[in-house]
Amino acid sequence: MSMPTPMPQPERENYLNKEYGVWSWLLTTDHKRIALLYLLSITFFFFIGGFFALLIRLELLTPAGDLVQADTYNKLFTMHGMVMVFFFLIPSIPAVLGNFLVPMMIGAKDLAFPRVNLLSWYLYIIGGVMMLHCMLTGGVDTGWTFYAPFATNFTNTKIVEAGLAIFVAGFSSILTGLNFVVTIHRMRAPGMTWSRLPLFIWAHYATSIIQLLGTPVIAVTIVLVAAERALHLGIFDPKLGGDPLLFQHLFWFYSHPAVYIMILPAMGVVTEIIACFSRKRIFGYSFVAFSSIAIAVFGFLVWAHHMFVAGMSVYAALVFSLLSYAVAVPSAIKVFNWTATLYKGSIHYDAPMLYAFGFLGLFTIGGLTGLFLAALGIDVHVTDTYFVVAHFHYIMVGGAVMGYLGGMHFWWPKISGRLYPEGWARLAALIVFIGFNLTFFPQFILGYMGMPRRYYDYSHMPEFQVLNVLSTAGATVLGVGYLLPMIYFLWSMRYGKPASDNPWNAAGLEWKTASPPPTFNFDEEPVVTWEAYNYEELDAPHSEEVPVGR
Amino acid sequence: MADNSAAAVQVNAHGEAHNPALLHHFAEPQQQRDAASLGMWVFLATEVMFFGGLFCAYLVYRRWYFGDFAAASKTINMGYGATNTAVLICSSLTVVLAVWAAQTARRTLLIVSLVITMLLGVTFLGIKGIEYREKFVEHHVPGASFSFDKVPIPGHPGQYANPRHAQLFFSLYFVMTGLHALHMIIGLGIFLWLLTMAWKGRFTPEWHTPVEIGGLYWHFVDIVWIYLFPLLYLIDRHP
Amino acid sequence: MSEHSKSSPLPTYFAVFFALLVGTALTVYAATLDLGKYNAAVALTIASVKATLVALFFMHVKGASEKLTKLVVIAALFFLLLLLGLTMTDYATRLWS
Ligand code: HEM
Ligand SMILES: [Cu+2]
Repeated sequence: MSMPTPMPQPERENYLNKEYGVWSWLLTTDHKRIALLYLLSITFFFFIGGFFALLIRLELLTPAGDLVQADTYNKLFTMHGMVMVFFFLIPSIPAVLGNFLVPMMIGAKDLAFPRVNLLSWYLYIIGGVMMLHCMLTGGVDTGWTFYAPFATNFTNTKIVEAGLAIFVAGFSSILTGLNFVVTIHRMRAPGMTWSRLPLFIWAHYATSIIQLLGTPVIAVTIVLVAAERALHLGIFDPKLGGDPLLFQHLFWFYSHPAVYIMILPAMGVVTEIIACFSRKRIFGYSFVAFSSIAIAVFGFLVWAHHMFVAGMSVYAALVFSLLSYAVAVPSAIKVFNWTATLYKGSIHYDAPMLYAFGFLGLFTIGGLTGLFLAALGIDVHVTDTYFVVAHFHYIMVGGAVMGYLGGMHFWWPKISGRLYPEGWARLAALIVFIGFNLTFFPQFILGYMGMPRRYYDYSHMPEFQVLNVLSTAGATVLGVGYLLPMIYFLWSMRYGKPASDNPWNAAGLEWKTASPPPTFNFDEEPVVTWEAYNYEELDAPHSEEVPVGR
Repeated sequence: MADNSAAAVQVNAHGEAHNPALLHHFAEPQQQRDAASLGMWVFLATEVMFFGGLFCAYLVYRRWYFGDFAAASKTINMGYGATNTAVLICSSLTVVLAVWAAQTARRTLLIVSLVITMLLGVTFLGIKGIEYREKFVEHHVPGASFSFDKVPIPGHPGQYANPRHAQLFFSLYFVMTGLHALHMIIGLGIFLWLLTMAWKGRFTPEWHTPVEIGGLYWHFVDIVWIYLFPLLYLIDRHP
Repeated sequence: MSEHSKSSPLPTYFAVFFALLVGTALTVYAATLDLGKYNAAVALTIASVKATLVALFFMHVKGASEKLTKLVVIAALFFLLLLLGLTMTDYATRLWS
């Protein structure tokens, strides 16, 4: 496609203008419309979670506990964590970009079970409404990890309701994963072999495995917590012979792999972006593909690294520490392969690529500090400090959210049929990067110096204030960085230039259909005869697509 | 524009006459069948992990409190458990018969098999109910009125079970059998739907995927029980 | 699936059915014997044989035209064993030192 594609005629039918009216959205089974429903809902929860974060940072601006009470502060970080993890980050890339792109990238008309897909959105909404209700009627103060026996036998906040909200949202997540697995196995277009799949698909396949095999365990754990609270069974209560550590085992059996539910899709996004903006085939395609699967599997072997100081067996701790190092290997494979792809590529610094660069650096820092934490000796010192907080925010915010934003920019022309303003987008990417580092880098130092997490008052250690002020200032910058894309995406829906079918001249089936795509994605069923990321071919001066007799 | 999209739905990629059971986004019936069956298998894998969490808790406490678990296990009626196992095995047989009947277009046999399956399912739940009632009467339901005094530990004359640890056994017993029973109830719902479809004559040898995947679900619930029975009822039964 | 096999599957179904009933009787009987620490092993072995029969013949894993079904089953069992096994590394060694 070396010739500029003609502008789509305004009357061309697509998934957006096919039908209008509320019901055409609320009862849709079109994966693209469901993706947009998810986009709206997770954005809503992102702002709620962000609001709690803002209050947390404001409280920590001064050493004294002056803005809120201790109880309120406990609720703030709990609700922040629960909303961000279960209602924003876990659904973010899979349910929005994955929903939109998985069928299109493999050349299918829809997901295998469109109605199940809609059901999963409704489950998410039901869970979300329960969560909102829980927050508005008092909230929860246990931390997002709701450890027993505090959560089961002591706190008098609404732990059961929050648990059920997470339970329901968990089923939504399971159904999304189920749909993806079946779709990827069964719905690929002719010629779309496994080794031709975009790596975004491999990443989502691996993510789905985790959603399918991990989520049910936290679901049943929530059932036990609810039963324990209602009936005092004693399953996690040491007074009655139960073991609170069993709760932690079950919780982290899901929740460690869950961190890979958040990061793997972002890795998929970044892979697509890096290939497109360095105009190269991904280096070591099959290594990147299989490292996704390896992460999904190894991710299940390391959970007890969250329990090193909780009283578990030291021998088991040694084993889990070792295994935690193993899980870093496939992540490192990815980083090296991305870097190798960039090498000698013709790199374009468009906004999606800026986010991908941000991802690379921040994910690497997050992953490496994960290795620090996986070392028993170091973990004993910095566990439950801001070092841990910084570690996981580098990955979840610096990695996953960066990937999400990068993906939103990359596919926005496809989703909306409009171009966003590139200059503003680059500025926003820069602001996010700076704001992020300003917020979270000081937290590494704070944690290393010994500032514990989840404290609202550090007046006994006033020397922590400088770094905390920096962090709060950074959070403000970061907030601006997040608001900007919101604004110009909305703006572009009305005023943006119409996008051509393939504005980035990118490889991949999703770019071979109209922007925005028609309801069943392709006018005729695509047949794939090329390898993934055939950028060399696309950019070759004498590509076959040039009309004969040039 | 509305009419030409309706036309697109009516004629599939191969231009065959529209098959009412074939959803528009599938290329051909075989693809649709394979998708449904894989979907059910994957769902069952999640169910394995769902019960897996409970088995994990069971394993931990059974190792810790073996004697108390054995004592508690002895107080539940093995006869009920064994009968229920047999009932579920029979229902699994009627389920495969139903699938076979659908494959070979035997509508009456299909309906009869579905009905018998459901009756067996209800029998199972009935027996379960009787068993729960007995536990209630004996104060073996965890909670304020739980009592388990002076129950000897099998094989250790003169030693009595620790009531708290026995209560853990009963907690797990109720949660595990309760969730299993919930799955049975959902299964009954699915089979009721299958029955109405069969009644209307919707299933053909070409298309009876719901019977197949409903059957998979039922068999899975049976398999869970096959493990629950020895784990809960037969811990240490010898005299 | 609808591989129209020439021979009727009914004899297999009934054979499996009887095997399952016999297995149930056997496990009840074995529970009344004092096998020491092998009671649990015997009970679980019988249960596993029964479950395998149900999966292979009633759920048609054996005749499945594809390896994929088998893969799903094996994956589920593998992750279940991971959950149980790795949790037990803690419980089995917690009291060592
Ligand atoms: C290179 C792989 C990784 C390793 C070795 C690793 C290691 C660790 C360790 C040992 C801890 C426990 C620290 C403590 O509480 O003392 C931890 C905490 C955490 N990590 Fe990682 N991590 C890795 C990747 C990730 C990823 C990819 C994410 C998220 C997308 C993540 C999210 C978290 C979270 C949320 C916590 C804190 C949980 C809490 O206590 O609230 N980690 N990590
Ligand atoms: Cu972890």
